This record gives sequence, structure tokens and C-alpha cells, in this order.
Amino acid sequence: MASSFKKALESGKFIVTCEVAPPKGTNLDKTRHHIELLKDKVDAMNLTDHQSSVMRYPSLGGALLVKEMGGEPILQMTCRDRNRMALQADLLFAASRDINNILCLTGDSVMLGDHKEAKGVFDLDSSQLVAAIRIMEKGKDLGGNDLDGGVSFCTGAIVTPEADPLEPQLIKFEKKIEAGAEFIQTQAVYDLEKLKSFMDYAKQFPVKILAGIILLTSAPMARFMNKNIAGVNVPKSLVDEMASAPKGRAMEKGIEIAGRMIRQINEEKICDGVHIMAIGKEEVVPDIMAKAGIA
Amino acid sequence: MIRSITQQKTEEEIERLLSGSIRVFIIGCGTCTTLTHTGGEPEVTAMKEKLSGKGKMITGHVVVPVACDNLTGEILDEFGGQIEQTDTLLIMSCAFGVQTIARQLHKMVVPALDTLFIGKETGLGQYNEICTQCGTCIIGETGGICPVTSCHKGLLNGPCGGTNNGKCEIDKDKDCVWTLIYNRLNELGQLDLMRTLHKPRNFLGEPRPGKLIIQNI
Repeated sequence: MASSFKKALESGKFIVTCEVAPPKGTNLDKTRHHIELLKDKVDAMNLTDHQSSVMRYPSLGGALLVKEMGGEPILQMTCRDRNRMALQADLLFAASRDINNILCLTGDSVMLGDHKEAKGVFDLDSSQLVAAIRIMEKGKDLGGNDLDGGVSFCTGAIVTPEADPLEPQLIKFEKKIEAGAEFIQTQAVYDLEKLKSFMDYAKQFPVKILAGIILLTSAPMARFMNKNIAGVNVPKSLVDEMASAPKGRAMEKGIEIAGRMIRQINEEKICDGVHIMAIGKEEVVPDIMAKAGIA
Repeated sequence: MIRSITQQKTEEEIERLLSGSIRVFIIGCGTCTTLTHTGGEPEVTAMKEKLSGKGKMITGHVVVPVACDNLTGEILDEFGGQIEQTDTLLIMSCAFGVQTIARQLHKMVVPALDTLFIGKETGLGQYNEICTQCGTCIIGETGGICPVTSCHKGLLNGPCGGTNNGKCEIDKDKDCVWTLIYNRLNELGQLDLMRTLHKPRNFLGEPRPGKLIIQNI
């Protein structure tokens, strides 16, 4: 049965997804709180998979929690920690619990996280994981064996529209679509003119594109991302705008900027929706949506 | 010519590995570790002085021409008496040399170096890994540049999202190999090779431990 997220994608409405990070430990109170707050406001919520290679409660457990609470999860799966056998097993488990949306990522290096000496796996890459899902949907595993009981997923992947250099990234993007990606959530974009020119190119492909929106929480945070996050460029005008916020009001300014961008993306129909990443400040996602006029 | 690229272990680790040994014989190598300044004459002499200062009795030292060569055993025969009186051989060659010596002499061996990779000197004091000997060579499709070795994640289908300014997400001094492959294939008018969706890698190329028997020779 098609997931509610897949139906929303096909409906042509403006899609909103957000992110929920499972905890470092077993205390799920904050995660539950965020899910409760957002589950009826967004079309689906992504459960991050050891984001930035920091070991946490599994995305699969988070997705199950969203399901139990009546929300629509998008299970993020990276190729960093599991080989093709473990990834397939987790996909079987997800399907058996009606978790039907998967976002396929390669995953950050373990060296960037909190278990630097761990072995990075990368048996598959993101495009091969998308392809693996499509093979499993035909009733076979990657070893060519029959599956007893099938799977069906709404499958997505990511792209960095401002990668430098861009061309190799776009070739990979096209391979993900060729492998069967139905939706794409982008890395954070702040320059909507650049997003438009990416969309001029991307529109030719049969895939729904949700623009990544990372909430700016302060001017130093924006500068930090410019320096440290690949493919994220906060223009000087926005950094200055954040810096102009009165003391203690930077978050409000960030919410205003995110809301303004989403409003423009929606009104000008630049792409099919947005993926809001509030990075630990999930409680303000409804405020961002209100500012965007999509609450 | 490919070389075994090594780096000296920390003083603390060498000290720990030698903690039960009083009489130590030091062996360097005249080939790879001389090139990398990790196990040539100057490094062996410096190690001798350092360990003497820490109270070890150095029963002898030598730099053999090629530690990984089977002739090394015969060369070391000349030092039979000194080695006989030794608790431990501290070896300043790559791990291949250490294992060759360990097979030939009935003595405990301690490597003074970590073997980092098989690589090439690409500039003064600069060494790059070239091949990981994976057993399933794919560089016919990548313009002769190996992503299995030179992509941190060994990816076959293009760059990950961590690449920035053509560099790798783990180190700004390391090139993103997928930028290099893209540029090479673009120059050669062969970008279609990069557009091919590659299947998952075959890790069965030659299962470890590698062993090959050629018949009829």
C-alpha cells in the first residue's frame, strides 16, 4: 500500500518534511515531544541515522516510534555502518512494521564523529542502496535469492545543489534517479537564485524535489556552516541580517528568514516542497511554517 | 617503483613493546624505510642512542639491504653470536620485512614502525597510496585513477556529499578522487563511463589471506 507520504508527493501539493534526531541514550522524552508536536503538521518526518557519525539511538527505532505515535516516518539509512546484508535485513524489518519511506545516503566518514577509530563500511553507496531497494521490490535479495514476503518503499536520496565542483555531483544525482529515487531532499540552500538555476536543470527528471532549509540560529552558526559544511553557502547578506538581530533575538530572526524562504519557494513554485532541518530546535518548526504561511 | 610507506610508532608504544626486554638488536632496511627516513642508517643510530639512554643493552645493529628478501637471513647469520644473546629484535623495516625476519630467526620481533600503505614518492617527502590490491581492478572505467584506493569511502558511483572545493571531507589536503576522475574522463571525452551506474563491489576478488598458485611453471 502506498505510504501517505507517497500519496502526498503524488498529489501535487506543497510538501513539508522535517527532521527528528533520535537521542544519545534511551531517554526518548524529547524525541516523543518533537514527534507529538510535528506529526500532524508535516507530511513526513526524517529520522536521522547517527547524524554526523555520532552514535545514537537507531533511526529504525525512531521511525518505529513515529509510527506508533501515528506519524509518517522517513527512515534515513546510511551505508556507513552496515554491509549489504545488514541493510537488507533492516529494510525487511522496516517493511514488516509498515515503515515505507526510505532516504538513502552514503553517510559521513566515521572520522567526523565520536567513534573515530571505528571501521567505516561503505559496502554499498547511496545510489546502490536505492537500486537494492528496487531489486528487493521485485522479490529478490542482492544475492539473487527469493524473498518470502515482499517490500515496497517510497525511496529518496539527496543532492547538494551548491557542491563545488557541481558537475560530478549532478552525475551522481542522475544515477540516483536512474536507480529509482522518487524524491530528493537537498542539502541546505540559502541562495534561491542558485536553487532556481538548479531546478531549471533538475525539472527534466521524473523526481520530486524538496529544498533543504536549515534554521539559522545565530550569525556565528551561519559562519561556522560556511566554513565547515560542504556545499552550504550562507550569503553575506543573510549573515549580516542574522548579526543585525537584537541580543537574544537571533533565533526569531532565523525563523523569519527560514519562513520567508519557504514562502517564496512555495509562492513561486520553485520546487515541490521543503525539508526543514531545525537541528535540535524542532519545537520552532511550527513557527517557521506559520511565518511561511503554510501552517 | 612502489614502496612500502612507514611511520615510526610512538616512543611510548615502542617502550611498552620492549618492556620485558633488556638486550635488544636493531635491524633497519636499506630500501623502503631508508627512502622514507624511518629505518635507514641515521634512524637506526638514533634509535640505538635513545634506547641505550633508557637502559637497554644494544647487542648490535645493522641496516640490511632489503629486509623482505629471503637473503636477509643469510646476512644476519654474520651477527649470529650477537643475536643469540638478544632478547628481542627491534625491526625498523615495513611489516613485510619484520615477518620475513621473524620466519627466519627464532627470536621475538618488535616492529618499530607502522606500515601505512603501499605507495609512491610523489614529491620530496610526500608519499601517496596508489593501489590497495583489492583483486577486482576497475580503473579501466575510471580513467586509470583508482577510487577504491583514493576515495576515503571507496565509492564507485561518484563523489559523496562531503566533498568540498575538490577536496575530501576527512582532510583538506587530500584530493577528492571523484573530482580527479571527472576531470580526467572529461579531458578524454569519456564522461559516459562516469554516468554508468556501477553495481556493488565484489569483495570476493581474492579472499584474505591472499594466496595464488600458478600451475605448470
